[in-house]
Amino acid sequence: MSNIPTDLRYTKTHEWIARNDDGTLTIGITEHAQGLLGDMVFVEVPEEGTTFQEGDDSAVVESVKAASDVYSPVDGEVTEGNEALADAPEMINSDPFGDGWIYKIKPEDDGAFDGLMDADAYKEIIDSEDD
Amino acid sequence: MGKRTPLYDMHVSHGAKMVDFGGWDMPINYGSQIQEHHVVRNDAGMFDVSHMTIVDLNGDKVRDFLRYLLANNVDRLKDKGKALYSCMLTEQGTVIDDLIVYYVDDNFFRMVVNSSTREKDLDWINKQAKDFDITVTVRDELTMIAVQGPNARAKAHRALGEDTAAQVKDTAVFFITFANDNTMGEIAVARTGYTGEDGYEIMLPKEYASTFWAKLAEQEVTPCGLGARDTLRLEAGMNLYGSDMDETTTPLEAALTWTIAWEPADRDFIGRAVLDKQREKGADRKLVGLVLEDKGVLRNHQKVFVDGLEAGEITSGSFSPTVGKAIAFARVTSNIGDTCKVDIRGKQLSAKVVKPPFARSGKSCI
Repeated sequence: MSNIPTDLRYTKTHEWIARNDDGTLTIGITEHAQGLLGDMVFVEVPEEGTTFQEGDDSAVVESVKAASDVYSPVDGEVTEGNEALADAPEMINSDPFGDGWIYKIKPEDDGAFDGLMDADAYKEIIDSEDD
Repeated sequence: MGKRTPLYDMHVSHGAKMVDFGGWDMPINYGSQIQEHHVVRNDAGMFDVSHMTIVDLNGDKVRDFLRYLLANNVDRLKDKGKALYSCMLTEQGTVIDDLIVYYVDDNFFRMVVNSSTREKDLDWINKQAKDFDITVTVRDELTMIAVQGPNARAKAHRALGEDTAAQVKDTAVFFITFANDNTMGEIAVARTGYTGEDGYEIMLPKEYASTFWAKLAEQEVTPCGLGARDTLRLEAGMNLYGSDMDETTTPLEAALTWTIAWEPADRDFIGRAVLDKQREKGADRKLVGLVLEDKGVLRNHQKVFVDGLEAGEITSGSFSPTVGKAIAFARVTSNIGDTCKVDIRGKQLSAKVVKPPFARSGKSCI
């Protein structure tokens, strides 16, 4: 069974979202998602200053199998991309909720995080996929 | 639910991720496709390839039949047991399938054809075989396990046991040996494969598939999925039917000219007239290798550009674990130079045009 940390929020497209003390959000893809995609070989991270609307293609993760879009969970502006992924995309496999983070975003709405799906709701989505 | 090989339960119990592959439920990987890839380049891996179709051809005129059916010439097979890679063509010279044919005896050849093309292949073979009085027998009671990698043969010998190993261990490269195993009965061991490494493809009665798989596992042969099989064959410069060639392409357009036996010029094989003409005139398109110089991954159907003009598309693309870069086959205009651009999600990235293989016998050739 996939690990689903309860302090994070989620999307139905398998992004996770962490709230940082400075008000930014960190975005990555879940353990479940990396397992479906397989070994990562390339990640395209967004540049600082890029603005996204909720649902925009914000990054691309490419595994041996396929390229997949990472969708922005909120409206906001990118404050940092995880440059370490350029040389070590496999961190998304080995540590999806840690070193495998993809970018940080300053949400337009400070309350955006609270409106996102919690771990229990995300678990239900995964469980229904497994059926 | 798809068709299942005799090893289906084995795959699932070993944590394989199963996918649909041409109507078959097959393992794509058992965890990490890249690790499985490296295991085959450096040690020994095994693949369930029992979805492939084994066809036995028997008859006094079987050699004449194959001289007519195949673009490569079975007269190149002088020694019993020797194998030949060939295309089987339409009258238009396009590829129905690619296959391996083994010369077992003067009235007995064995062919292994792809699973995705099974029905049309069998229809075609049966149709052409009528005039030659050939008995066509599909050997669905057999299963096939490929054991590949530098240590594959040694480990397979231990798994087969002393008596059987003694019968097969002197099998030369691209030969097949039939052996009598005390438990399994008649098996066939071919020193062929689809990875660019040494190894065997072992054909055995399907009721022994799981026990033999387990014996290979005891010898630390690592189960590998179709994902690794695809990156291994791509690195080794081997075409995949349906991606790199099909009934819209001739062998000349698919980097398979080497598999056409032009001599003797009076050998009539299906598709010959068209190929002779294309050879004289030169094909407009060819299949080349690409290595991406920028960061990214080459994928099937990405467009290739030269001087801003579309020059073709990728037929098989992936990340190469051995080279550490993205590699591909692309069908392009014949006048392509040493470099090109590939459109990846709207960006034009630089690629080098190379002659495959990209990697063989454990090492990168790039």
